[in-house]
Amino acid sequence: MKIAESKLVLPLAALFVAFFVAPLAVLILLSLHGEAAMRTWTVANYAKFFGDSFNYSILVETLFLGVKATLVCLAFGYPIAWICTRASPRVQSVIVFLVILPILTSVVVRTFGWIVILGRQGVINQILLGLGVIHDPLKLLYTETGVVMVLAQVQMPLMVLPILTVMSKIDANLSDASRVLGAGEWKTLWRITIPLSLPGVIAGCILTFTACITAFVTQTLIGGARLIYMPLHIYQQAVGANNWPFAAAISVIFMVAVLIIVGILGALGRRSETYARP
Amino acid sequence: MPAPKYAIDWEAASLRIVFICMAIFAMVFLIAPTVIVLVTSLTPSESLKFPPPGLSLRWYYALLDADQMQRAAWNSLVIAFWTTIISVLLGTAASIAIARSRSPWVRACDVLFMSPLLLPALAFGFAALVYINKLGLSPNIPLLVLGHVIVCVPFILRTTIAALSQLDPALLDASHSLGGSQWMTFRRVTLPLIAPGLGSGAFLAFMASFDNVPVSLFLADERTEVLPIHLWQQIDTNLDVRTAAASGVIVIFTIVLMLIAERMAGFTQQMR
Repeated sequence: MKIAESKLVLPLAALFVAFFVAPLAVLILLSLHGEAAMRTWTVANYAKFFGDSFNYSILVETLFLGVKATLVCLAFGYPIAWICTRASPRVQSVIVFLVILPILTSVVVRTFGWIVILGRQGVINQILLGLGVIHDPLKLLYTETGVVMVLAQVQMPLMVLPILTVMSKIDANLSDASRVLGAGEWKTLWRITIPLSLPGVIAGCILTFTACITAFVTQTLIGGARLIYMPLHIYQQAVGANNWPFAAAISVIFMVAVLIIVGILGALGRRSETYARP
Repeated sequence: MPAPKYAIDWEAASLRIVFICMAIFAMVFLIAPTVIVLVTSLTPSESLKFPPPGLSLRWYYALLDADQMQRAAWNSLVIAFWTTIISVLLGTAASIAIARSRSPWVRACDVLFMSPLLLPALAFGFAALVYINKLGLSPNIPLLVLGHVIVCVPFILRTTIAALSQLDPALLDASHSLGGSQWMTFRRVTLPLIAPGLGSGAFLAFMASFDNVPVSLFLADERTEVLPIHLWQQIDTNLDVRTAAASGVIVIFTIVLMLIAERMAGFTQQMR
């Protein structure tokens, strides 16, 4: 008996419908009700979210947190990818190994390392105090700067790997041609390498951004209880306040915001791919 | 007068210097926390100071008595094991369909299967809790495993689809024309060729499940504590040095598994 290969998608599709699509549908329905028993329809939860500046400022701050951490990842991740594609195969595999290691190491463990680094008596404060740059320890833990720094480290591999994939496929002759024709290294980078690697950059930005804004563990451990971002807000409303319909509404708003941003970046990514076509 | 030939090309060198410095800084930044966790876990003292005043395995011995942490670690391993098995079975089948079919339905499934990577996992965890509550069920380990499969299967799909697209279709035709059945072709031709990709994906899925907090937070029942949540709570409430030792064990465990994956499947090549 020969089965059609396209049918092989069905078992996983069934699981996704039963355990991914259905829960999200129930979540949307719950967000449109006043109480967990779902008897009366209402948009009160959404009105409550957008009627209170506390709520939407959390959304805005979460999205900005993602933007900042993504930009830091890009600024440092791009040079890693650039160096890696120009290194010898041996160095290349060492770099890739070291970049991948953090993705596999537990996020809790990596965040824990940062607490030792950023604390009042942490590594950074000891170094700065020792050098006499500062006289009082800096407050790094429980600040937004701290959260951005840690998120950038935790999610950097998600930026480096897609850029590396695209960059290693760029025809090296193009850069050579640019230099032979008299463009300097910086101009070649700006006019040849960056435009051709844009699809990788955008793919990396999408992955890093979505990972940063949902990074519950890092946000709560480094940000503490006073810096509230969307995931903690959902958790507090769902588990702490036991207000499921409102938590559902926040979750839906958060997911829609993420989808809009991913949609815009994805559209930019498809446009940037036209650069790479001959 | 033209510049002599042996002069340094500052324009070219400046780019290299800037990028090499940034890359070195970024690499140190990437590795430092892991190294610091390892070194700190060897402290003989009660505080998490870096550098530690001396070196001892005291806190690693203390782990031998940490019953709660051991139970949590065992739960996490069991859950990650079942998550990986189910994800590999369903993921391999779906990858074959996605790699070889052009039906728009299959394309749509591909997008659907990748979406857990982009959507906030915590929102999905909460949605799953609301859903099983509406079904009249309460959180338990099988449901937790299914929740993990949803968020871990994209890793297997990515690497397996990539491996399948590298596979030469002529090999499959050859097997068919020599009388190999569909199953035999899969077993003797496709599977051995995609094994490195599939294995790397399975490894990623295992680690993602072992490390998952957002889904476990909602779907683990009261009696089943998983390791990352246990550690998260420990760090949040009382910074115990045993947590550093547990982190040290996880780091070493990860490096060993990764070296094995590199040997067996050329893991770093699969990730690119």
